[in-house]
Amino acid sequence: MNEAEATAAGGGAISTCWSCRGPVAGDSIFCATCGAVQPPADVDHFARLDLTPTFDVDADSLDRGYFDAQRRLHPDRFATRTPRERAFSQLQAVSLNEAYETLKDPLRRADYLVTLKGGEVAPEGCSLVNEQELLHEVMERREELAEADSVAAVEALEAAASDDFGRCIAALSTAFACDDLPAAARLTTRMRYLGKYIEECRSRRTRLGRHT
Amino acid sequence: MAQLIQIREPGKDPLAETGDAPVAVGIDLGTTNSVVAVGTEAGAEVIRDDNGEALVPSVVAYAADGSAVVGELARRLMLDRPDVVVGSIKRLMGRGLADLKTLAGVLPYDVEPQAEGASGMVRITVAGRRLTPVEVSAEILKALRDRAEQHLGRAVGKAVVTVPAYFDDAARTATKDAARLAGLEVLRLVNEPTAAALAYGLDEGAEGLYAIYDLGGGTFDISLLRMEKGVFQVLATGGDAALGGDDLDHAVAETFLAERKTRLGEEETLTSADVKMALMSARLAKECLSTQTTGSWVIDAGGRQTNHSLSRDALEAVIEPFVARTVGICREVLADAGVTPEQVKGVVLVGGSTRVPLVRRQVGDFFGTRPLAHIDPDEVVAVGAALQARALTAGSETLLLDVTPLSLGIETMGGLVEKIIPRNTPIPVAKAQEFTTYQDGQSAMAIHVLQGEREMAEQCRSLARFELHAIPSMAAGAARIRVTFAVDADGLLTVSAAEQTTGVEQEVAVKPSYGLSEDEMANMLYESMAHAGDDMVRRLLAEARVEARRVQLAVAAALNVDGDLLVEGEHELINDAMAALDAAIAGEDRDAIGARVEDLEKATRAFAERRMDRGIREALRGRGVDELAPASPPEAEG
Ligand SMILES: [Zn+2]
Repeated sequence: MNEAEATAAGGGAISTCWSCRGPVAGDSIFCATCGAVQPPADVDHFARLDLTPTFDVDADSLDRGYFDAQRRLHPDRFATRTPRERAFSQLQAVSLNEAYETLKDPLRRADYLVTLKGGEVAPEGCSLVNEQELLHEVMERREELAEADSVAAVEALEAAASDDFGRCIAALSTAFACDDLPAAARLTTRMRYLGKYIEECRSRRTRLGRHT
Repeated sequence: MAQLIQIREPGKDPLAETGDAPVAVGIDLGTTNSVVAVGTEAGAEVIRDDNGEALVPSVVAYAADGSAVVGELARRLMLDRPDVVVGSIKRLMGRGLADLKTLAGVLPYDVEPQAEGASGMVRITVAGRRLTPVEVSAEILKALRDRAEQHLGRAVGKAVVTVPAYFDDAARTATKDAARLAGLEVLRLVNEPTAAALAYGLDEGAEGLYAIYDLGGGTFDISLLRMEKGVFQVLATGGDAALGGDDLDHAVAETFLAERKTRLGEEETLTSADVKMALMSARLAKECLSTQTTGSWVIDAGGRQTNHSLSRDALEAVIEPFVARTVGICREVLADAGVTPEQVKGVVLVGGSTRVPLVRRQVGDFFGTRPLAHIDPDEVVAVGAALQARALTAGSETLLLDVTPLSLGIETMGGLVEKIIPRNTPIPVAKAQEFTTYQDGQSAMAIHVLQGEREMAEQCRSLARFELHAIPSMAAGAARIRVTFAVDADGLLTVSAAEQTTGVEQEVAVKPSYGLSEDEMANMLYESMAHAGDDMVRRLLAEARVEARRVQLAVAAALNVDGDLLVEGEHELINDAMAALDAAIAGEDRDAIGARVEDLEKATRAFAERRMDRGIREALRGRGVDELAPASPPEAEG
């Protein structure tokens, strides 16, 4: 009985509140009857932060959604409460951080959104057979980076890659708006390589900067 | 019917409002000095001695009977009775023997060789006693607790204790253990730079991107935070847990000792007392030269005195490499966060060593702004800790969002590290990883947890090793063991595991690499405090009361909303059970409270079932449960 669940015609599942043992909507954060914090619901990252599921996430609304939710759920709010409430608050805060970190970063957001919409982003290294062009581009860029021997030269390569990264974001926005999942998946793969390459530029720049 | 039921007014908690509820304080447990402060309605008050001194030297002297003296008195004994005095113990928290830095081949501690079977934590010998850094730190915490209790005239049972942001899991655990030994419940471990930011943000209304440069006695931290309207969001943090003002002293002492060797023309054997003496002269030199341009100091060892003069320029040449290292770390942390120094609105100085003019100059040059130091750099961390202690107990709209300072990973094939939680990830965080067996019928598996940024396991810090046992017998690669690594809001790691195909929870017995085992901890609690048992009983009783009140409030709320579902005579039964629980809560018997809670749950079981039935019926009819009553967030307990 305690694990009772039912699906409403027009809404989500009903589960049992662990504290007052009455009914609570499956996606509630707090029990409407007794106010006890509930374990995190099985909802997507956008819903968790009260955002519409789109690639064009506005940084300010993301921050606002995240801060508002953390204000209510962070373990600091439950420091004097019972161990169970503290544990649920920690689980809630973990889910919020996971959602925030995923949606904040354009690459992770794209990756997540493709999966959420039922598409598939090829894992690293798997798609190269179909991505000859990308493979060539990556290899050429790597060679250029290996040959760059001044901070300025690395900075120029990094800037070019960052511009390309920015263009990917713009293209992704269009692809998602048109629901063109294969294009979105392709762009996401390209962005992953560019992101890695920018990282490599950064560490090479730091190394060069240290020795001069 | 519902209106007949007694409901306690929200926020009115009879136990929390009595004068003897323990107060929560904020403690900055420093390498050189410690400070205790208490949150007030208006802000925070730093607790001072009769001379107005807030700093308690983190020095402990042991008498022959094992009793300890902490603070200024102990510090003064350092030169005359170095064999009974310990200082800078924070540097050994969570450390192993191999971590210790020697000065001129001699440590300022007498270190015990590791005993067979003991945990990897260092043990030192003081006044003929074998002690762990946890026990020594506990003495300092007890002294701070006493100071606060005397000042406030009431018991202090809880504290927010600060730790360097760059402290690893072993050092954090050791700090929490020390507080437990001192009879303090740690409400939260807060990173020192974050505490300082809290003090600045709330006092000065600072908004925007700020860097906190914290050069303590034995640790260096740099944190980059975004502050706005009560939100303190740490974006990145970095540092060096073995770089601090002490290192400046060591460098100067080494200069003095080299000079002395040339002058005496022979190698002498230095005792740990001689080393302490040289360090003391070096510290004096460093402090004097912050305001004066030249001076001279005496080293007296083995009956021979040598005189050493030093100018500020010469001092700066000696310490420059250390300051340059801190600035290098600042550069890396900013790069990590993708922020340029120009974007940083202000840089706050924390720690006594930031008084050194060279430090101020170089930090100012790097950030291109005059560093902020108008809240006393020695006191600002304790102020922040006290503000947070009050926020946690009395409620607050302020939000502290911190990150993990170091990446967490596990050792894989060939001694490589696979990162599971990267550094600068917001906490709390949990990540799961699946493992499988590589042999048919394999029933156990060893996992090595590491912390650090390097690629090889041997270059990272070993946190713990544990074994998964009782894996069901399957073909190689068929078992799916899901191990979850969770870092809580204190920055502490816990590991849990479950076998996925059978759903069997695995027992995880973590053996900390440098921490104390539960047995060692239990022994210490037993030996160090005659009343440790009482403390434990009191805490369990308090927890039982909190849980009992939670149940009462939940029942009352349910009766208020669904009272129409009660059947004849049922609410009297529930009322009786409530009253019986009230009586138990007022008493001192934890088992009685537990039994009355069970009675109350029994008395409301049928009622709860009726509530569920109605909820499901209404949901099926398309009416949401949440429409039945307004949602209410929980109220913080006072
Ligand atoms: Zn409830």
